[in-house]
Amino acid sequence: MSTSDSWGRFPRVEQQARALVWRSDALPRVDGPVLPHGLGRSYGDSCLNGGGTVLLTAGLDRLIDFDPATGVVRCESGVSLDTLLRLAVPRGWFLPVTPGTKFVTVGGAIANDVHGKNHHRAGTFGRHVRRFELVRSDGSRRMCSPEENADWFGATIGGLGLTGLVTWAEVQLTPIRNPFVVQETVPFENLDGFMRVSAESEADHDFTMSWVDCLARGRKLGRGLFYRGNFAPTQFDRLPLARSHLSHGSGLAVPVDLPGFCLNRLSVSAFNFLYYHRERTKPSPRLVHYDPFFYPLDSVYGWNRIYGRRGFLQFQCVVPHATARDALKELLERSARGGLPSFLSVLKTFGDLPSPGWMSFPRPGYTLALDFANRGEKTWRLVEELDRVTREAGGAVYPAKDARMSPESFAAYFPQRERFSAYIDPAFSSSFWRRVNPASLPLPSLEGRQVSIP
Amino acid sequence: MKKVIVLGATSAIAQATVRLLAARGAALYLVGRNAANLEAVARDATTRGAPKVEFRALDLNDCEAHASLVERAWQALGELDGAVLAHGVLGDQAESQRSWAATELVLRTNFLSAASLLTELANRFEAQKAGTLVVISSVAGDRGRQSNYVYGASKGALTVFLQGLRNRLAKSGVAVVTVKPGFVDTPMTAHVPKNKLFASPEQVARGLLKAADGRKNEVYVPGFWALIMLIIRSIPEPVFKRLKL
Ligand SMILES: Cc1cc2nc3c(=O)[nH]c(=O)nc-3n(C[C@H](O)[C@H](O)[C@H](O)COP(=O)(O)OP(=O)(O)OC[C@H]3O[C@@H](n4cnc5c(N)ncnc54)[C@H](O)[C@@H]3O)c2cc1C
Repeated sequence: MSTSDSWGRFPRVEQQARALVWRSDALPRVDGPVLPHGLGRSYGDSCLNGGGTVLLTAGLDRLIDFDPATGVVRCESGVSLDTLLRLAVPRGWFLPVTPGTKFVTVGGAIANDVHGKNHHRAGTFGRHVRRFELVRSDGSRRMCSPEENADWFGATIGGLGLTGLVTWAEVQLTPIRNPFVVQETVPFENLDGFMRVSAESEADHDFTMSWVDCLARGRKLGRGLFYRGNFAPTQFDRLPLARSHLSHGSGLAVPVDLPGFCLNRLSVSAFNFLYYHRERTKPSPRLVHYDPFFYPLDSVYGWNRIYGRRGFLQFQCVVPHATARDALKELLERSARGGLPSFLSVLKTFGDLPSPGWMSFPRPGYTLALDFANRGEKTWRLVEELDRVTREAGGAVYPAKDARMSPESFAAYFPQRERFSAYIDPAFSSSFWRRVNPASLPLPSLEGRQVSIP
Repeated sequence: MKKVIVLGATSAIAQATVRLLAARGAALYLVGRNAANLEAVARDATTRGAPKVEFRALDLNDCEAHASLVERAWQALGELDGAVLAHGVLGDQAESQRSWAATELVLRTNFLSAASLLTELANRFEAQKAGTLVVISSVAGDRGRQSNYVYGASKGALTVFLQGLRNRLAKSGVAVVTVKPGFVDTPMTAHVPKNKLFASPEQVARGLLKAADGRKNEVYVPGFWALIMLIIRSIPEPVFKRLKL
């Protein structure tokens, strides 16, 4: 057993780890429950298995096939999106959907059915998965696609790693003619401004998302910067595609946990103020390489350490259009009032393209992501309040970024969970799953395995 | 190296090397024990850009098969200008002390089978007056230690064999590159607790190819092992034999 944590560095749990090496191997036999683990870019406890074993998929990182004519790629589940980009971009293809970091695995992208800046156009990652192999602890191997074993396909996409191990998957990429993105930045004064720009941007822009100044209050509540972009057409081509895989990044790294005093109300305000005014004045539209456009945080290695040893809590919710205005207002007001403000607050509109995944998080409406340094009780109370607001608005909270939602909230957010439960592999479980389904605890002794409490 | 045979191609260091070679557009002939795993490595190499990848499942301890293996690889790729020998076992020192069979298996896999393959390959490379032989030995071959002298002896013998071979082939323009990794984080060492001395297979693969490109003789990867082994080699035997190493 050794101590592990996730990207949010909270919670810490004691768990074993076993490395997977070959996709044709049987699942390792171990005592207690297992859980696949990709690159650990989930924030809370959904990629942790306290008291049990995680199956590290990093060794399942082989490519199987890529057809540059059709853009269909087949690879093992531990292949990172970064690897796929290195393969695809020079040949004129891009990921159909990408989260804000490229250091996630294909298996992790399926299990959380991740979304990107183009949800309104492309839906979730799961929509672009053509098929995959699912290996269960009974030794069975199933080919899953929308046609074949469609129920297993639907249960596994967004299935939080609980239905078995995805050994390989086939994904349809999207054609691009240029690795550069034409980006426009549009400032908005408040929430209504955001909704207006968002509505008018959706028709012409593949990628949209906004940064919100979560310290602005009153009439400026919800002010921020709206980013929208499209891949540049061919005539913008400044570099031949084949040489275009620039890796950006200053090589900055956060080497140690920053002490708590670096992150206080004043420094966060200063950061938000400077960011807002600096970004506002940059030329728009401008041409930016896809790497800083999609993955601004990846250039600072280990940025999650700025929150210090106690880690931080992410909170990402979606609220439906009908209740969104009031709900977002309340969420922003509460987070500006309560405790330490969020460093990076992101707003985005989700479209109505359905996911094949039963447990998929995205649904039509607006999604807001906030992060809070873990300051114990105070932070927890605040996030609990945000959760309540979300529930009352008929929204949902994203499991990939959660370390604290209650079983009741989970049940309210994921109405398909009963149907889904029948597809969980009996040998698989996670800290998250036991937390939100206390009745499902297979081993009572697993409780109390959490090393640190807030 | 444009047409390369890789022996022990499913080992972690070999896989990492295969990826780098594939990205450079080298044609590959991969040999390992497990056909399904070899196929996985071969497809990965093809997808990463290797123009031609063939593979063959074979237990390399079967030295009788080596001549025909090399012949087949030669036919498959048209000729060969590079060979990477990466197969090997760590063995279990305690088990080897109890059983000659266990000792023999380590010596056979790490030394005898390599010597046999190198004999085949060296003769062909010598005849064509070109080629690069890259062989993974180990820092463990630099000095026998109680904790793993059977493995160490197999690698030490290999290192000496390569020195002689290099001496012989120098005039034919064939490079013989001995790569001596230290601790590498691979399935072979999965049971060992990791520390700062451990290198990743990718790191070793990059060092290996750099040495091959530079037609180096003996290299330590990572380089700091040269210093560590210099110190270990210079401890006088009367002192060394009382150390717990
Ligand atoms: C900076 C940053 C930005 C992010 N931005 C976004 C975003 O914009 N949109 C978004 O949706 N998410 C976002 N995320 C979250 C991230 O995309 C997801 O948590 C993703 O699932 C992480 O993948 P991973 O490979 O790290 O998997 P892990 O976090 O290790 O695991 C995630 C889940 O996948 C399961 N899993 C992993 N491999 C397999 C497999 N082979 N078979 C079955 N199950 C498997 C695990 O059991 C676990 O349940 C972001 C995260 C970070 C750190």
